[in-house]
Amino acid sequence: MVMENKKENTETRLMKGNEALAEAAFRAGMKAYFGYPITPQSEVLEYLTAQVPKHPDVVILQAESELAAINMVYGASGAGARVMISSSGPGISLMQECLSYMTSAQLPALVVNVQRGGPGLGTIQPSQGDYFQAVKGGGHGDYHLIVLAPASVQEMVDLVFDGFRLSEKYRNPALILADGALGQMMEKVNLPPAGSLPKTQTPWATTGKPQTRERNIITSLFIQPERMEKLNQVLQSKYKEMGKEVRWEEIRTEDAEIVLVAFGLTSRICEKTVDLARQKELKVGLLRPITLYPFPTDAVVKLTESAKSFITVEMNAGQMVEDVRLAVNGRRPVEFYGRMGGMIPSPEEVLAKVESVAEKGLSIPI
Amino acid sequence: MEPAENIDGMMLVYKKPPTLTDTPMHYCPGCGHGVVHKVLMEVVDELKIQEETVGVAPVGCSVFAYDYMNIDMQEAAHGRATAVATGIKRVLPEKFVFTYQGDGDLAAIGTGETIHTINRGENILIVFINNGIYGMTGGQMAPTSLLGMKTTTTPFGREVSAMGNPIKITELIAQLPGAYYVTRQAVYTTAAVRKLKKSIEASFKYQKLKKGTCFIEVVSSCPSNWKLTPVEANEWLEKNMLPFYPLGDIKVPK
Ligand SMILES: Cc1ncc(C[n+]2csc(CCOP(=O)(O)OP(=O)(O)O)c2C)c(N)n1
Ligand code: SF4
Repeated sequence: MVMENKKENTETRLMKGNEALAEAAFRAGMKAYFGYPITPQSEVLEYLTAQVPKHPDVVILQAESELAAINMVYGASGAGARVMISSSGPGISLMQECLSYMTSAQLPALVVNVQRGGPGLGTIQPSQGDYFQAVKGGGHGDYHLIVLAPASVQEMVDLVFDGFRLSEKYRNPALILADGALGQMMEKVNLPPAGSLPKTQTPWATTGKPQTRERNIITSLFIQPERMEKLNQVLQSKYKEMGKEVRWEEIRTEDAEIVLVAFGLTSRICEKTVDLARQKELKVGLLRPITLYPFPTDAVVKLTESAKSFITVEMNAGQMVEDVRLAVNGRRPVEFYGRMGGMIPSPEEVLAKVESVAEKGLSIPI
Repeated sequence: MEPAENIDGMMLVYKKPPTLTDTPMHYCPGCGHGVVHKVLMEVVDELKIQEETVGVAPVGCSVFAYDYMNIDMQEAAHGRATAVATGIKRVLPEKFVFTYQGDGDLAAIGTGETIHTINRGENILIVFINNGIYGMTGGQMAPTSLLGMKTTTTPFGREVSAMGNPIKITELIAQLPGAYYVTRQAVYTTAAVRKLKKSIEASFKYQKLKKGTCFIEVVSSCPSNWKLTPVEANEWLEKNMLPFYPLGDIKVPK
């Protein structure tokens, strides 16, 4: 899955996911970062602060809480800066009020959730338990974040660039939904050169009002319901428009009778399961959403024409499976296999599930 | 005072600063918010810093401050104004940045942000309107409500045993080395308004020095929720609020 064909001007390094993400942020022209330590992503803030001498013009600040940090992001973004924040479950939960404000005030920013097992303080082991929170809104009101799911350290780099670009294009926060394993593991990465992501114009930013324009106001307050509804319509039309940014990857789905659907770390495990199943002459393929919002609904729908059944595999109690079922819409059975609380499924466990579905599958008429 | 202008044979003795918009204010009669807005914008005009000033108004009665102040502004979530201001100031270090917060905002839900922003010595001005009550939500107890004060959530009066003492957040934050200039002012008389204006002027000048946070508490009134007329409210303020919240400078630059 790691991109083998090295692009021009890239620099190749062996890096931990969290550090690769942090380095990518500098190279993507990040102007400010606000954060607060939490395992398993503290290396992001540590890496950034260690690099401050090399990037004197970038603001890196450890806030007193995630609540303060995300509101600093709000202020800096409103002032026109390219800004990032990262955390894990409990910290991301604290940010939800402000993320809701930011979608309403139409402020771009890149948020990173290196997921750990929950609920509660939970565990620091990797999990995908925050899918609902990331994809369905998370805070109050009708809104969405753009959600990107890396499956390798290389994508921890690439999606930083995409995240900034998409959040600025749509003036909506984007979220990278990683997990503790992706944050901690080391892989070879190709780092794009600095300055390769052009700065988006921000004529709406509060930078001080010159005589030549009206004052700029960053607000999420629309007290008259008529105006509030209008703002909602603007947001909904943006979400619709975002549909064209959908990205996914398919592995051996052409002839697959059983399609595994998995994102992030779980997709890496499922890739192995596909190999194991093929060795047993089971026609199994994998659909890996890269954007979780927008969700690759059409790709799933298309596969209902050829596949007999779907198995969604996640490190949670079954969250993305709801979106897969919505897409499949009853045309095919959609099964689920998951581990929770920081447990990582093995390719063999998933294979056992595949085999049980394959047996059942024979009796299902298509 | 500016020299009086002559209009149609009459002397102009009072005018609205140009940086205050023509939008009619939604504040109740006798409310302190309008006066503080006006004085703030007067100083912005006199220092000619409209183009370089960014304000932050969080949730509270003054959340609509951006309707009245003709400068770039950001609305902030309840309690988060100084974090938002930190974000702005860090990426625009040469601009003048101020927050305009109520007592619930600054001394209850936003206490953590207040203390840590000042502890970092962020080079911003914090304007803190202490009216001893939650105005916007209809008169509930504030962290600064006086003992015995009746509010909609202390219908029998604030009691220490249940609700603790009113917090003197201004004295508290003055202890922090990051606080450069800390003062408590008021707007209940013309003389008080003039003193407030001097403090605001000084604060903006200090902001250029990058030596820390300037903090101005304004003891203000909320006639509507105090259930008093504007005149009675000013009298009540003088008699009850000022003995507990004495006016004057608390920390001045050496
Ligand atoms: C998270 C959150 N909690 C509660 C509220 C409701 N709320 C709005 S303003 C306010 C208190 C305002 O009081 P204060 O800060 O003293 O300002 P004032 O209105 O008196 O000027 C409250 C509790 C809110 N908007 N957001
Ligand atoms: S409710 Fe109180 S603080 Fe709010 S505008 Fe009216 S008088 Fe002012």
